[in-house]
Amino acid sequence: MTTTSKKRRPVISALQWLTLLVVAAFVIVPFYTTALGGFKEIGELRVNPFGLPASWDPVRFVEILGGPRYFSSLWNSLLIAVGTVVLSTLVASMTAFALVHIKFFGRRFVMGYLMLGLLFPAATGILPLFIKMRDLGMLDSHWGIIIVQVAFSISFAVLLFHNFFKELPKELIDAARMDNCGYVRIYWYITLPLCLPIIATVGVFNFVGSWNSFLLPLIVLNSEAKYTWPLGIMQFQGQYGSDWPRILAFLTLSILPAMAFFLLAQRYVISGLTGGAVKG
Amino acid sequence: MTSIAAPGSGEATVAARRRRYMERKSLVPLLLFLVPSLVLFSIFVVLPMVDAAIFSFFSWNGYGPITDFVGLDNYADVLKHRNFGTAVRNSLIVVAVSLLIQLPLAMWCAIALAERSIPINLLRTLFFLPFMLAEVAAGLIWKFVYDGNYGLLPVIGDSLGVQMPFVLGDKFWVIPAIMLVITWKYFGFHMMIFIAGLQAIPSEVIEAARLDGVKRWQIVRHIKIPMIRSAIVISVFFAITGALQLFDLIIPLSNGGPSHSSHTIVTFLYQFGILRMKLGFGGAVSVLLFIACVIVALAYRRILFKVEQN
Repeated sequence: MTTTSKKRRPVISALQWLTLLVVAAFVIVPFYTTALGGFKEIGELRVNPFGLPASWDPVRFVEILGGPRYFSSLWNSLLIAVGTVVLSTLVASMTAFALVHIKFFGRRFVMGYLMLGLLFPAATGILPLFIKMRDLGMLDSHWGIIIVQVAFSISFAVLLFHNFFKELPKELIDAARMDNCGYVRIYWYITLPLCLPIIATVGVFNFVGSWNSFLLPLIVLNSEAKYTWPLGIMQFQGQYGSDWPRILAFLTLSILPAMAFFLLAQRYVISGLTGGAVKG
Repeated sequence: MTSIAAPGSGEATVAARRRRYMERKSLVPLLLFLVPSLVLFSIFVVLPMVDAAIFSFFSWNGYGPITDFVGLDNYADVLKHRNFGTAVRNSLIVVAVSLLIQLPLAMWCAIALAERSIPINLLRTLFFLPFMLAEVAAGLIWKFVYDGNYGLLPVIGDSLGVQMPFVLGDKFWVIPAIMLVITWKYFGFHMMIFIAGLQAIPSEVIEAARLDGVKRWQIVRHIKIPMIRSAIVISVFFAITGALQLFDLIIPLSNGGPSHSSHTIVTFLYQFGILRMKLGFGGAVSVLLFIACVIVALAYRRILFKVEQN
């Protein structure tokens, strides 16, 4: 008894604590200085980089919140992210359902084909994709971005749903089939309600990806009114050059809502990354 | 044949009828369930790669018919391009730094943070935060940190009595500067993968070793790390594919500069293929990148297979 409790006591050694604190400082300092920088005058940044601002004057924050760009770019990002999440969840779960529960010729081939998307990153074919979207009239539209993001999310989402559906008890589906229940109704009334955890994982994962995405909107969107927030912030930075207090205020305001959401949803992201990766 | 009612055949026909019924009944849902994803995936993921391969043999500016067949000229142009070598070199440096600095750091933190207590949970969340942050935002935050006039770096230089260079405007320093941001941004992600692996190790194994008087670092070296080999393989895979597609972070930080010294493969593709609408040239870059990704993925499958066999 005494030996185990004695051995358990030092969970982490002093050296480990020390490095953890150094790493923590390394992680925090950029966030911290960004958050405070928005309150400081430009001259103050060099003189007083780490301390609290001389005055907590929120003038820049107020100006940005009152300006035209901030809310519209966040709103655009939100629309695109929600559209992507809803469509991707629907399309991928239907496909995974068919691949797991309906026996048909070429099932393995379809699965293998869809898994090709895991082989290479989306950026690889971005130039021909741009041409394709232009020819289909999908440029400068939020729908264009949503559709393409759904297409790119399919491989990973189908993989996660597929792994989850395989674990569900087969008897449920068999019983429903005996009762002459069609596949569409089985999918909608039995499988979907059972797979809420994996919907959350896939949904949060796609939401984060869409919210943060930059290359695709950069190439697709032309009108400023349609810009997503990463485009908006790049444009803002380009416009104000090195007026850092203003840029840092904009950055803080842009990051804040996402960070709050991520802190709430992070366990789904982590389970998606580790669970999906380990099983795949 | 069917007219003779032998015992059992009735059941067989019922079964067959039911099977036929099910097949007929499953055709419509099958199409409904499969067609959307197959169509979207084919048009927007697979076809662009095929197009890239086709474009790569032509000289085309994106308008009018594709007629100007140039054979392998585009590939020769890409390989001869003076900035392509830099881009490939930089991407390889990212891989090397990820494997040699980022993953060991992630492992070191993971071993400490796989334990369970409240301060540890907080640190875990904190270390994962940069990964959740959009690349563009991370890039801008660090552009500020590195800013030669108002950033944190000159302040640190002042306190040490050194004149710090404008790192993002310096051909040499820009690469280490970007590497530091990459480490900051992604080590928490690898750490989380390692933690998931470490927490899956049965505690009896560790406990038994401890009772046998095995030292802490020996437990790490001979028990923990070997037991999370598959997590390490996955992490290495993500590090390599991540390095191959690095783009979002570079644009706000250095935009590939100064004088094209900090391009990665994808920013190179963007700068010289997309912005100039050189479809053939861009197609050739895409095909080369695709081949690199497939080689990595296949090698990864082989290694993963071996790990699972052991």
